[in-house]
Amino acid sequence: MKWARSIAIVFLVVVSAACLLADFVAPASYAHQFRDVPAAAPSHQHLLGTDDLGRDRFSRVLYGTRVSLLLAPAAALLSTLLAALIGGIAGFGGGWLQRFVMAATDLFLSLPWLFLLITVRALLPLNVSPEVSVMVTFALLGCLGWAGAARVICADARSLSQSDFILLARASGSSGFRLLWRHLVPNLKPILYAQFWISVPVFILTEANLGILGLGVAEPLPSWGSLLRELESFSTIALQAWQFAPLLLFIATVSSFHLVLTKEELAA
Amino acid sequence: MRKPLTHLVLLIVALLAGDSVAQSGGELRFCLRSEPKTLNPLLMSDDSSETIRYLTGGVLLRVNRLTQDLEPELATAWKLTNAGKTITFKLRENLRFSDGTTFSADDVAYTIQQLMDPAVHSPSGDAFRSGEGKVQTQALANNRIAITFSAPIAGLDKLFDQVAIISAKSPQKEMAVLGPYYVAENKAGAYLILKRNPNYWKRDSTGRPLPYIDAIRLDIQQNRDIEMLRLVRGEIDFINSLDAEYFDSVMSENPTMAHDAGASLDAEFMWFNQVPSSPLPSYKKTWFTSTNFRRAISEAINRDDLARIAFRGRARPAVGPISPANKFWFNSKLQPHPFDQKSALQRLSLDGFHLQNGALRDREGHVVEFSIITNSGNKYRERMATMIQQDLTAIGIKLNVVTLDFPSLIERMTRTFDYEACLLGLVNNELDPNSQMNVWLSSAENHQWNPSQKTPATPWEAEIDKLMRAQASTLNAAKRKEFVDKVQQIAWEQEPFIYLVNKNALSAVSPSLHNAHPVVLRPQVYWNIDQLSLGAEVARNR
Repeated sequence: MKWARSIAIVFLVVVSAACLLADFVAPASYAHQFRDVPAAAPSHQHLLGTDDLGRDRFSRVLYGTRVSLLLAPAAALLSTLLAALIGGIAGFGGGWLQRFVMAATDLFLSLPWLFLLITVRALLPLNVSPEVSVMVTFALLGCLGWAGAARVICADARSLSQSDFILLARASGSSGFRLLWRHLVPNLKPILYAQFWISVPVFILTEANLGILGLGVAEPLPSWGSLLRELESFSTIALQAWQFAPLLLFIATVSSFHLVLTKEELAA
Repeated sequence: MRKPLTHLVLLIVALLAGDSVAQSGGELRFCLRSEPKTLNPLLMSDDSSETIRYLTGGVLLRVNRLTQDLEPELATAWKLTNAGKTITFKLRENLRFSDGTTFSADDVAYTIQQLMDPAVHSPSGDAFRSGEGKVQTQALANNRIAITFSAPIAGLDKLFDQVAIISAKSPQKEMAVLGPYYVAENKAGAYLILKRNPNYWKRDSTGRPLPYIDAIRLDIQQNRDIEMLRLVRGEIDFINSLDAEYFDSVMSENPTMAHDAGASLDAEFMWFNQVPSSPLPSYKKTWFTSTNFRRAISEAINRDDLARIAFRGRARPAVGPISPANKFWFNSKLQPHPFDQKSALQRLSLDGFHLQNGALRDREGHVVEFSIITNSGNKYRERMATMIQQDLTAIGIKLNVVTLDFPSLIERMTRTFDYEACLLGLVNNELDPNSQMNVWLSSAENHQWNPSQKTPATPWEAEIDKLMRAQASTLNAAKRKEFVDKVQQIAWEQEPFIYLVNKNALSAVSPSLHNAHPVVLRPQVYWNIDQLSLGAEVARNR
């Protein structure tokens, strides 16, 4: 499966480069409404046609990919760091600390995320730019997404802290932060990588779901969520196959993230 | 020889007529979007329940959905007296409810007493509550009844279109009906079966008992895609109300099925928060209370584009609170505000607004930026907001579009007043402007831009209050129209609501359903339910 992994990496690199260079690659602004040609079929001017408001779909896909592909890894990094901190300390500490932190984590996991996000979104100031709105959305996702990973990391850290090499390190006089930083964290790396890579598509999907509910990224900034909203009504899209382009890109990207993981990371 | 020839001609005419009404029988099928909350006609307020009431309820008077005129039903004549406080009905005789119970003035008296009983909490009764004091009913004879209200009610007779008469004596209570159908089966959450009322009083011009169709099956179906598929497959006979996108889909599938009846009574509009106690900065309050500012925003919005693009051409630029679809009450002298960004900038300059580096600033130098909230999940409103965003950018205004879940939206609109502008729509079922009293009176809770005022905040609101009260207490229709025209004129000039578009009444009807003539008033397709018939093959197979 090495070839599949290589293809996935190349694909992610190409997609990332294209969206990072969107300012140069995109034929039009993602926000400009060509009102004479709404819902147009692909043409030389509009490679993937236009959306219902006449905006160039290819440009919106590029910018939407940039939003989702940059901010989802950022949110994944935030949630993985939080999970490492909380899960690592709980696992390393053990005893009542572990029980307390895991009970809190279970409670956090049982919270209805969607309603929480809707509530938080409703509490935000109204006059925020789409750029701020998208960053807030992903920051929220990052802050709320640590609990599942923390449980896994806690279990692994607990197992590591009882292993022979940690016992040897303790016997050699290593303790506290040094033990945690020099001996435990390096051995947690595979699981942290795995949690990070798994979280990226999860956050992309979550933002897409929020977008479908109209609660994700504010107009006119595109994201995969807002692009996928075009597909929510099956009856109205049957004759416009090009509308599926964002969905295909989305599936390919999420699949690539999974293919990037090594066997060890998948096992972790 | 002349007699057999006449018979032959009559036979041919009957056969031809038979094709148009398709001697029918069979089962009509369509979908409800939700389960009816109640089958009691006095308690109905949701769309599905109102569908059941329309199909089963017998009313004294009915608004003809095509002509918009009031027509006799269970009452053959009616008269308003006592300065509009009393209405006297002459009732049809020898009628029976679906269970065989006889119909008399006592049933009308019983219905009105139930309707007005505060303990019953009838939503239909609210429209009749004009003042303190009880409603008095007096059965003058078995077929005559006088109903006296404590205060005059303008447009009183038309309100009886919503009152289904229930039996005072039937053991089946409100399930005994006088309408064309009765509820035969109700499978909660799945379907309802209505069957032809054997005692229905109407007959067609040839003396044949109505309705033509034997039964109606109403499937509860929330998913519009599935509803569409079922229509295309011939499993249901019509979709009463369609979105523009689904309408286009029907058009591409089978153009003969798609019916666009033109602009409906429903309007989409936006407004600015003018509540003095709102937590907005004072300079924004100054903007929003300025007529020039509101008019400028209105002129900067391209309504033709909203109708053409956001609604795919299935809407019309709106004029004001009363849609052109409302034939009698619409003020035909008014036109939609033209799209004119130069004029908009001129109006803004009158209030000291000026462009600086492409951004509009007020007299004190504040950049003109505000947010507009709308409910999430409504793609038409989101599209309109995004288009308005681009239109306003052209005159240097930055608009932030915020979609909120409905409870959060209502919280901001009605409790905290923490919003700047809002984009919503009004579903209007009533022709009479009295139904908009709760919007236009400055003391009303639904006076959204500045609700529940103790005294009118502006002279023009005071004028609207005066005119709305005057029209509500006048029985002369021409005089009422004069008052309502003036209200529309003021609303057009002041634009507390910036009316954007009136959506078209769209529906889809299977070719196998005959005599269907969709109209703009609800219920668009089955308003003449007792005249509808099914094609011979469909009727045979169901």
